[in-house]
Amino acid sequence: MEVKFNETALKTANQIISRYPEGKQKSALIPLLHLAQAEFDGWLSVGVMDYVASLLVIQPIEVYEVASFYSMFNLKPVGKCLIEVCHTSSCWLRGAEDLIKHLEDKLKIKAGETTADGKFTLKRVECLGSCGTAPLMQVGAQYYENLNIDKVDAIIETLDKSGKRPTYFDKVDLESHK
Amino acid sequence: MSTKLLLKHDHISNLNLIEVYKQQGGYSSAEKAIKTLSAEAIVEEVKKSGLRGRGGAGFPTGMKWSFLAKPAGVPRYLVCNADESEPGTFKDRYLMERNPHLLIEGMICSSFALGANTSYIYIRGEYFYIVPILEKAIEEARASGLLGKNILGTDYNLEIYVQVGAGAYICGEETALLESLEGKRGNPRMKPPFPAVAGLWGCPTVVNNVETIASVVSIIENGGDEYAKLGVGKSTGTKLISASGHINKPGVYEVELGKVSVEEFVTSDEYCGGVWKGRKLKAVVAGGSSVPILPTALIYYTSDGKPRMISYESLGEGGFFTGTMLGSGGFIVMDETVNIAENLYTFNRFYHHESCGQCSPCREGTGWMEKITHSIINGHGKRSDIDLLLDLQSKIDGKTICPLGEAAAWPVASAIRHFRADFEKLIG
Repeated sequence: MEVKFNETALKTANQIISRYPEGKQKSALIPLLHLAQAEFDGWLSVGVMDYVASLLVIQPIEVYEVASFYSMFNLKPVGKCLIEVCHTSSCWLRGAEDLIKHLEDKLKIKAGETTADGKFTLKRVECLGSCGTAPLMQVGAQYYENLNIDKVDAIIETLDKSGKRPTYFDKVDLESHK
Repeated sequence: MSTKLLLKHDHISNLNLIEVYKQQGGYSSAEKAIKTLSAEAIVEEVKKSGLRGRGGAGFPTGMKWSFLAKPAGVPRYLVCNADESEPGTFKDRYLMERNPHLLIEGMICSSFALGANTSYIYIRGEYFYIVPILEKAIEEARASGLLGKNILGTDYNLEIYVQVGAGAYICGEETALLESLEGKRGNPRMKPPFPAVAGLWGCPTVVNNVETIASVVSIIENGGDEYAKLGVGKSTGTKLISASGHINKPGVYEVELGKVSVEEFVTSDEYCGGVWKGRKLKAVVAGGSSVPILPTALIYYTSDGKPRMISYESLGEGGFFTGTMLGSGGFIVMDETVNIAENLYTFNRFYHHESCGQCSPCREGTGWMEKITHSIINGHGKRSDIDLLLDLQSKIDGKTICPLGEAAAWPVASAIRHFRADFEKLIG
């Protein structure tokens, strides 16, 4: 299957590229990889990375070396909902390990794995900058903060019912941060 | 009650809207700067203010600005470092989410002072949801004639763009950030040349933290001398402290530097509201994960018995033997139930994960430190492992291109210095 942005995504991509001076279009690489990951099932295949290279007129290796450096880029397929749970100090102090254990038991997978039905991937991540509202998890753009087991169960239920794949471009309910 | 500058209007709802922000006097500093002050005069005011970089290093901002090279015909750039990733730190996120116009106004004032016509806000990828908040503020400012061409009828032009990262602590280091902004891996550059001479795309560049840039607004409003009247000694002005861990009221608090003691900050209802569950305090990491951890006695009082205040100098008193650093203001509190070796494991795992891999002492050393602490906390440690950790950290400290090496080494050295018994307890 040919990898190609749809018209809207291509327009966004070109807008991003236009932010940089002439000849510096490579600066658009990380924003474009985010866009590609959201457009193409939440991960970056070699075909997708090659396509991004062609848009920026750079060598594919320049894309691979960047995509493999940053932890938010997935180089393998992930479940429909990628659940990222912070486990660094402040979250650890406030029960992140209990939360991860609960999610592992509930989803019947270990952190780093995807459920058999392809619905959920559970990932441990480093500090998300939400230490004052620890513990937390991120799904797409949304931070779910001040978590406890009951809250997590309710969130998983909602995500399970929603047919949508959450992305970092989702509009976020800011009221939930208050 | 200490003076507030950055969170002065924090209680007002819809502060993210430009009309609400303007009702509070917002954008009067930008107007004052562009219409009535010269670029040199603003740099002078920032120097007089004594403002120091709020990202963690505490370098004097006015001095950093004055290093900026100005070759004719070469563009200069201001890059805002919004890559807030130091564990325990969440103040920039708080500020950008609630008061984006304060950052945009600070960007306008600072860009004008530096002669930059294009500026970037580099924000960590995990804060993706803040991008539209900033972009909306930029559009509102543009519609008010505060951005774009001929700002406020003058011949000054400025565009601000938001650039998103993708998950890499190292990109908070300014040269790694510039590499990332150029679409590359976040490998820090060798210095010199410093960004002030060869930064973004080889052009002269200033990189400043969100809180630093936001602080410029009140410096222009009231003058550098007035700003310098706040605080104590070389710790002028106010600082945002991100308080987390085992406290009753985690959150972001603004303190006037040198006016609030650590003990008051922990126990007072105005700030942390005391240690949670009625427990006793065991330790505090006062300035983000990289700074030395201190036990209660040393974080409340210096080794010669003076109350420890929240300022660069007071927290630093005693050096690394009995003191620590203000750092980013990431204030992590641990109660009496915490084993410090177990907490250290989360830091060691963090630094190993975040090492860019460029320098072998850091790439290999952080991995070994993670493995050894992992073995200790799981009951497989040996007595000799404690000294092995000390030896390892000393071989990373000072031997890398960027400060991530030190950031990884200091928590290990200080945890063992002050809490050796916690390690021994796990080893048995």
